Amino acid sequence: METVKLTIDNKQIEVNKGTTLLKAAHRLGVEIPTLCHMELHDLNIENKPGGCRICVVEVQGRRNLAPACITKCEEGMTIRTHNARVLNARRTVMEFILSDHPKDCLICPKSGHCDLQDMANRLGIREIPGHEIAEMSTYRKDTSPSIIRELDKCIMCRRCEMMCNEVQTVGALSAVNRGFMAVVAPAFEQNLEYSPCTYCGQCVAVCPTGALTEVDHTRDVLRALVDPSKTVVVQTAPAVRAALGEEFGMKPGTLVTGKLVAALKALGFDYVFDTDFAADLTIMEEGTELLTRLGKHLKGDTDANIPILTSCCPGWVNFFEHNYPELKDVPSTAKSPQQMFGAIAKTYFADKISVKRQDMVVVSIMPCLAKKYESQRPEFAVDGNPDVDFSISTRELAAFIKQANIDFNDLADMDFDRPLGESSGAAVIFGNTGGVIEAAVRTAYEIYTGKKLSRLDFTELRGMEGVRQATIDFNGFPLSIGIAHGLGNARKLLDDVKAGRSKFHAIEVMACPGGCIGGGGQPLHHGDSSILKARAKAIYEEDKNKAIRVSHENPYILQLYKEFLGEPNSGKAHHLLHTHYFDRKAKIIIKK
Amino acid sequence: MSKYKMHLLVCGGTGCRASESDLIVESLRKEIEEKGLQSDVQVIMTGCFGFCEKGPIVKVMPDNTFYVQVKPEDAPIIIAEHVIKGRRVQRLLYTDPVEKKQVSDSRHMGFYRKQIRIALRNCGFINPENIDEYIARDGYAAIGKCLTEMSPAHVVEQMKLSGLRGRGGGGFPTGLKWEIASRNNADQKYVVCNADEGDPGAFMDRSILEGDPHSVLEAMAICGYAIGATKGLIYIRAEYPLAIQRLRVAIKQARDYGLLGENILGSSFSFDIEMRYGAGAFVCGEETALIHSMEGERGEPTNKPPFPAESGFLGKPTNVNNVETLASVPVIINKGSDWFAAIGTEKSKGTKVFALAGKINNVGLIEVPMGTTLREVIFEIGGGIKNGRKFKAVQTGGPSGGCLTEKHLDIPIDFDNLIAAGSMMGSGGMIVMDEDDCMVSVSKYFLEFTVEESCGKCSPCRIGNKRLHELLTHITKGNGTMADLDRLRNMSLVIKDTSLCGLGQSSPNPVLSTLANFMDEYVAHVSEKKCPSGQCRDLMKYSIVFDKCVGCTACSRACPVNAISGERKEVHFIDQDKCIKCGACFDKCKFAAVLIN
Repeated sequence: METVKLTIDNKQIEVNKGTTLLKAAHRLGVEIPTLCHMELHDLNIENKPGGCRICVVEVQGRRNLAPACITKCEEGMTIRTHNARVLNARRTVMEFILSDHPKDCLICPKSGHCDLQDMANRLGIREIPGHEIAEMSTYRKDTSPSIIRELDKCIMCRRCEMMCNEVQTVGALSAVNRGFMAVVAPAFEQNLEYSPCTYCGQCVAVCPTGALTEVDHTRDVLRALVDPSKTVVVQTAPAVRAALGEEFGMKPGTLVTGKLVAALKALGFDYVFDTDFAADLTIMEEGTELLTRLGKHLKGDTDANIPILTSCCPGWVNFFEHNYPELKDVPSTAKSPQQMFGAIAKTYFADKISVKRQDMVVVSIMPCLAKKYESQRPEFAVDGNPDVDFSISTRELAAFIKQANIDFNDLADMDFDRPLGESSGAAVIFGNTGGVIEAAVRTAYEIYTGKKLSRLDFTELRGMEGVRQATIDFNGFPLSIGIAHGLGNARKLLDDVKAGRSKFHAIEVMACPGGCIGGGGQPLHHGDSSILKARAKAIYEEDKNKAIRVSHENPYILQLYKEFLGEPNSGKAHHLLHTHYFDRKAKIIIKK
Repeated sequence: MSKYKMHLLVCGGTGCRASESDLIVESLRKEIEEKGLQSDVQVIMTGCFGFCEKGPIVKVMPDNTFYVQVKPEDAPIIIAEHVIKGRRVQRLLYTDPVEKKQVSDSRHMGFYRKQIRIALRNCGFINPENIDEYIARDGYAAIGKCLTEMSPAHVVEQMKLSGLRGRGGGGFPTGLKWEIASRNNADQKYVVCNADEGDPGAFMDRSILEGDPHSVLEAMAICGYAIGATKGLIYIRAEYPLAIQRLRVAIKQARDYGLLGENILGSSFSFDIEMRYGAGAFVCGEETALIHSMEGERGEPTNKPPFPAESGFLGKPTNVNNVETLASVPVIINKGSDWFAAIGTEKSKGTKVFALAGKINNVGLIEVPMGTTLREVIFEIGGGIKNGRKFKAVQTGGPSGGCLTEKHLDIPIDFDNLIAAGSMMGSGGMIVMDEDDCMVSVSKYFLEFTVEESCGKCSPCRIGNKRLHELLTHITKGNGTMADLDRLRNMSLVIKDTSLCGLGQSSPNPVLSTLANFMDEYVAHVSEKKCPSGQCRDLMKYSIVFDKCVGCTACSRACPVNAISGERKEVHFIDQDKCIKCGACFDKCKFAAVLIN
């Protein structure tokens, strides 16, 4: 590799050719401030439009200042990152940005987590000259089932646009308008609801300001909790326990399962259950479906719909409904764990505790924003009463706990309630990319072969690479598995399926990079991908610590089938636990 | 052209066509037919003559008689008098505003005397929709010469030696640009013609495309040969329908003649050209934004490097030149780089086309050697300031240029001198201002344009320019302070220093140059709350002179907001809080009792 030598703030450094000034400076311990730039290193995701101009530095001999985030090191460069010219420019540019940003930090949902606020503080901005006569760019506020867009707060960093187009290939967001009114929005400045948005929430996860936030349902939950006529049941997804601690100052990757349960009890939920229970149920249903389809496929049935595609992830479901409606019979018909939980809670469990459906409120705690939309889908309701009433994100739960004056760090661990709180290790790993398929393999293998697995950790299915593949030996039958996380990666596999050249028997897709641990409702990573890795590691640890590690050994699952459902994929199971998909491809209708 | 005894050249540029020049052509032809002169006299619709101030133009050849402001109904007299009887139609001749004399021969007109036309060589001479006329004036000889006598490296070398620099604004050496593109190997390269002319008032590119489209096509083929590209793209704004139509005709003709397409002139070199249409965004004149727009992406610039020569259209090496630059290329090949390099100044060779506009007598398009002074351009070619007013400033380089003053009039115009003086060449816009123009308002006006045209990608340009405009408005309303002038300067410098592309890097130039050259006017606005030119409405004050008012009540009756009070035959009074400064009282008063200051 060719290298170049340069001087940054009087310090010499030699770097590989192609290194940016920002990274070279970082190696010298010189932290040049950035705003629009964001990099998720392990996921190969980088946003660097060079638009905010906060990271400008002086390159000796050049007429203008250069943005450090995109300027590449050249031999013999002399760089100043903080002389008077640079500091004045940086401050003035920041004043420009702030002059077109609302000053309502006190009541902004992003307050305290806002990159812009942090930068204003870091640069020591104490006034915005001329703000009395400064016009602000204002836009219509847009609320969708999952995401709120408050574009007055958009600073045109384009991170959301990059996530939506380059990473997710969803294409819901792009820059519109020119000059002062330029902003990131769906085509023709339509509402998000009318765009191909999947509600994956990756735009929210990277937004540096309060321009993109989740719809807050904590007040609805509070109302249910204080209503004595309601029995409030809560379920919590696996990825939540690996991230919630971050909101309370804990190290990323700290597992807080016991404290989470304690906090939910303290908040007043009547039953604290685990979505993982429903994940085990998903494995029973989806695993059986896989084996049935595989059996047909091996007998030569060309309509067996192989590869089977997982269906746990609502962002992913929205994606294929929008983009691949012709494949809508290919994904598993199994509902997501969230919805399976709701369906069982409001039937089996409601019967058990003799509570009427309409008197039960099911709340889910999710790392996800698409779950809000999923819970509101009309097919997931009985006579207008939804199986899951409210879905709140990890971030909303953290805020809720803080409002309830609970000292989270000091809580003594508690255990989930029974019966819907018991789960296997296989269910826990649903939170990571590759986890659903690994859980399915554990169960399908034992059912298919009739043998006990000698090892439970399928490390070949794990990792952070966007598209992965592995072949698992099912007693002589090579089961070929594909895994994609991030919808852009899913698109690659889907195109193969559509063209009939996919060689896989089963494909797992999770919409968010890293899987649910990197979900749109998780504590903000601020571009630090080591946080995602730490969460993933914690999830695998939780799996290891579990006494039961395969779904079909969860005694409460076995009991549920025995008492209520019968067999996996039985008529009743189909009625309660399976769904169907819709064609949502945008159609242009020209009215005459 | 030898077959006919006489040619009547009628301007078919957008401006003259808007004044019915196509009807003039029709009437002339009808008259000629009626008089049975078809075999002796030919009417040709040409491209722009440049003298738009007095259009429509009809020029009679071979005697160079130059008729101005011709109407379709003048056709019979031109035919009857000039063509048949050989007598010039006096009333249609041009009168020199300086010498107050009629001039019949265009070569003796002040407007044309100092011009050397290279890029505009065929505009106003040939029918742009007839490839034979282009060929008759050495057209496609240059590509022939390249293909038969010169290696690609030799062509690049000639371009380098010619010293030609980009005419679109940047002034980057064209030969060097070609050399970089030729060095980058790829399976496909592109030649792009930037015809996204966007400076307000500048229309040289449109005129060239309307008047001589083949020169651009030929130059693109030469460039393709030099850098190893087989595909050419013309990015042209859709608001130029006539230029688009003429390009379409020209491309088809060139293909029919084997001058575009496979194996040009029987050589192994193949090159073809397609058109891409822009929606008229100013920023798409910036080459990376232009390329994104051609790719179907949002038209916004990206950081350079990588330069288009490395990674341009669809990621392939791409050479982008503007229309005027390309139009000079065939001449350089034909006449040699030495010939071209002998014209102009040390670092700026050849000629430059300028669009004269504003308070100048001869509004139009001119082409002069580099090194011509502003004084020559404005006072000789341009015929001086309108209505005998006093020259105050000239804005060169379009909205991103700077305002130059009296003291700059004698500097020879070239790329470096203009930058040293605090302005720039830009694409060659030249807007002349007289003593009635307020320089604060002028910079506000230019900022209004850049605020409108910013793409919004980088914060200093998106927000900073808006803030500059707001502060200038604040000052013209009389609300500014001395501290605001410092802020104006600091914001301008930072926007220049930090913006992503040329638009933001130059948009504060009008502010900085007026601050440097007309500080006294800014100070008058902020400290005395006065506009010395009387242009800023909010700073005007109408009052009634006590001893001149006779109490006729004419002013109070004229006042639309009842701001004037006073009894009959008594002195009237203007309530300043109510006054909207419409000037109705001033116009009505027969006793000069209303005073403006």
